[in-house]
Amino acid sequence: MTWQTYLPYLLVMALVTYLIRMLPLTLMRRQIRNRFIRSFLKYVPYAVLSAMTIPDIFYSTGYTAGVPDGLITAAVGFAAAAVAAWKGKDLLTVAIVACVAVALAQGVLLIF
Amino acid sequence: MKKLSFRDGLRHGVPIGLGYLSVAFAFGIQAVALGLEPVQALLISMTNVTSAGQLAGISLMAAGASLMEMALTQLTINLRYALMSLSLSQKMDESMQTLQRMIFSFCNTDEIFAVAASQDGRLGKHYLYGLMIIPWIGWSLGTILGAAAGTLLPEFFRTALGIAIYGMFLAVIIPPSRKQKPVRLVVILAAVISVILKYTPGLRNIPSGYAIILCAVAASTVGALLFPVADEEEEGKEA
Repeated sequence: MTWQTYLPYLLVMALVTYLIRMLPLTLMRRQIRNRFIRSFLKYVPYAVLSAMTIPDIFYSTGYTAGVPDGLITAAVGFAAAAVAAWKGKDLLTVAIVACVAVALAQGVLLIF
Repeated sequence: MKKLSFRDGLRHGVPIGLGYLSVAFAFGIQAVALGLEPVQALLISMTNVTSAGQLAGISLMAAGASLMEMALTQLTINLRYALMSLSLSQKMDESMQTLQRMIFSFCNTDEIFAVAASQDGRLGKHYLYGLMIIPWIGWSLGTILGAAAGTLLPEFFRTALGIAIYGMFLAVIIPPSRKQKPVRLVVILAAVISVILKYTPGLRNIPSGYAIILCAVAASTVGALLFPVADEEEEGKEA
């Protein structure tokens, strides 16, 4: 991609992303007293990550429409990652477990 | 309560940084496949530090989208960070003045937020600076490695790496769901709404960024109504 095309995109992406993060953190200096708002803010990150993961995780391993293979390998990866996370493994371990499980499932599907 | 140090931050950042290394590797592969130079992929990672937004960004670049479309898409996908920043603004001590907050904001990712939010008590600049360094290096390094070497990798491995980022998300949401019933309810509710929005005719036309916001607001509202947090729970002793 030429730099003339790329640089405006880069600038817009970086600036918008930064401002979204920076403005609330910098402008909000006092403690929020309202109990509902404090509860809401506590739950938001978990809700966001859950909604980003389900159902998209099942399409993350090269799914092609009409072919169930991608769905199967992703489901195996999801199950393995869920068990590892349930046991309290850290981010890296869970990510690796998911990738290895997908690779194994792909290997099995290749053989049969 | 013992104050968390710079060294504590570095230590807590190691697993995040290593996770980012593998996820950014996958991003680097995709960026080059879409026609970006490796150094262009690297610059995006160094300045954005966000998985979902970057992935959408390179697709828009490849499609020749307008700058307005780019801005709106980033705004929507990354709006969750505003909520996370707002949430974290409540946990910072007096060492986090405007400048320190402006510096830390740059790296307030999903995972850094999750780790910071789960600590007891108020957080100071030493801990937060320590926490952001290794993830930032891991994210940048992984991107350039993936961009440089990824195209040589057989498709078998590239598809297996695609799930890495979601594995990381699960590592953040499942342990607290196991221990805390309210979090479990919110996580399940958000997933159910997300599935409904994805497959219901009509609703499935909602752009994914907006869908995530709808899920988050609905599930967190129910959670806050049914299970309000105890008064000044995390603050401990109020000044």
